Amino acid sequence: MRTPVFVLIEIVIAVALYLAFHFFGNDYLFFAGYTVLQFIVLATAWNILGGYCGYVNFGSAGFFAIGAYTSVCLFTIGQAPEDVFPAAILPAMQAIFPLPVPVIIVIAGIMAGLVGLGTGYLTLRLRGVFFAIATLALAVVLQTLIVNWSFVGGSRGAYVIPANTVPVFGPYIQYLFALMLLLVIVALTSARLIERSSLGVGFATIRDDELAAEACGVPTLKLKLIATVLSGALMGMAGAPFPFYIGYTEPGSVFDLGYAINSIAMPMIGGTTSWAGPLIGAILLGTMQQVATVTISSAVNLLIVGLLLIGFVIVAPSGIVGLWQSWFGKRSKP
Amino acid sequence: MTAPILRIEQLSKRFGGFVALDGVDLAVAPGERLGLIGPNGSGKSTLVNCICGTLRNEDGKVSFDGAQIDGLIAHERTRLGLARSFQLPRPFMSMTVAENIHVPLIYTVGARARHHLSAAELDQRCMELLALVALDGKARHYPRDLTQVEMRKLELARAVAAEPKLLIADEAMAGLSHSEVEDIVKLLIRLNERGITIIMIEHIMRAVMAFSQRLAVLVSGKKIADGTPDDVIKDKDVVGAYLGT
Repeated sequence: MRTPVFVLIEIVIAVALYLAFHFFGNDYLFFAGYTVLQFIVLATAWNILGGYCGYVNFGSAGFFAIGAYTSVCLFTIGQAPEDVFPAAILPAMQAIFPLPVPVIIVIAGIMAGLVGLGTGYLTLRLRGVFFAIATLALAVVLQTLIVNWSFVGGSRGAYVIPANTVPVFGPYIQYLFALMLLLVIVALTSARLIERSSLGVGFATIRDDELAAEACGVPTLKLKLIATVLSGALMGMAGAPFPFYIGYTEPGSVFDLGYAINSIAMPMIGGTTSWAGPLIGAILLGTMQQVATVTISSAVNLLIVGLLLIGFVIVAPSGIVGLWQSWFGKRSKP
Repeated sequence: MTAPILRIEQLSKRFGGFVALDGVDLAVAPGERLGLIGPNGSGKSTLVNCICGTLRNEDGKVSFDGAQIDGLIAHERTRLGLARSFQLPRPFMSMTVAENIHVPLIYTVGARARHHLSAAELDQRCMELLALVALDGKARHYPRDLTQVEMRKLELARAVAAEPKLLIADEAMAGLSHSEVEDIVKLLIRLNERGITIIMIEHIMRAVMAFSQRLAVLVSGKKIADGTPDDVIKDKDVVGAYLGT
């Protein structure tokens, strides 16, 4: 299938989903759906580095938080530009701020991408467990930084209260849901493009054998940096609308270990070698968690994730996509 | 003598207190077939790793094709025309045999020419290379389905796919049967006839003697002999190193 056709199908499904939720007429669907979509983006982003290149990132919450706190920061500036900017540039800034959410998402993506580049440069000489620990450390360092930064609320947290309604979309949550749908399209399309390009081949050689990859002329460090930047940027973009969604942002909820665990568990359960894996895993796990939150309790979420992860690692190490391929003939050829 | 394609001067490499290579000098002429032998642990593989950039040498100089290359990362050396096969085959396990060959075609040949090879070009070159090593029937198989000798052939084909000027075959024949060894030697000589300079590292003396125009011997990180194969194997230091004095 060619990429434009693929994008078209994605758009059709996205619009259909939006309209279906819209005409169902219950905003709760949007709230729950938003979380699932957010996890699709996070899982897809994680998979670019973790699945394609084989570098397990435990710091997803850190990148997610960079996105969220970029939003908090830009929103706070937008509330009172006169407190931040000198008089000379104030009129110009007043014209720019408050920034619309899509612009904030892009800026958040750039910020998280830059942090991805930095951490990548510092940590990509490490392999396996050591890389995983280094990324976990990144999240802790960032959390400490945020807790001590009073402008974005420090440990008290910060309120980001958007308008009640938005033109065209109506309730704000519907607007955020639509934005998240767009991000899902961006994430899935990028992942699929990577898979089918020489970049994807390069990533796979890194996963299989870095020494042999170098001997074949693959610039492994450069490709790994590309992967961390893309992966980090997408995670940051997934986190950017979060403060608008939740209304009250505090470090504990944004740096929640659940994000790191889910971003790993979803691709693992879905299958890490194809863009479809994180999508399936996120829909499955995300929906189950939403149902569990409502019917049992939110505390049971991580238990579900843990049990499923153990089950899949034992029974189907290559995930649902892997199971599908072994049941229905050979793996799909690009 | 024409300018050497590879020149190693006073190359040294230490691992902590252990001296793996100690002031090795070696020059290889373009088009030459050089055999490099030495007992286990004598530093042959370390030398290869220093030439190819997998390891960095602390002292000495490595020049390739007239330019000094120590300091370059491994993939940059591959792109200059220096390819190697690994002692233990290291195929990309999640890719088919054909896809394995695509990697150097995309990342070395394509990068060198600064243009993307089309899918048709990739396929054509890949099949040529696989035909050269008689693996064309296995193009769609995965490395785990290959036999030992096929794995070695894949390893060599992948190295040759990078269109190298110099190929280093690091024990491409260890563990193979008599006829398989002959197979690989013939293959290496065919590659040499196409203009590729080859350094063969090997324990199997029959193969070394059949292949090499010149023989160099490493013992304990030092080069103790360098000359025509017939002279070298009569050298008393070499005999001493192998049989004990």
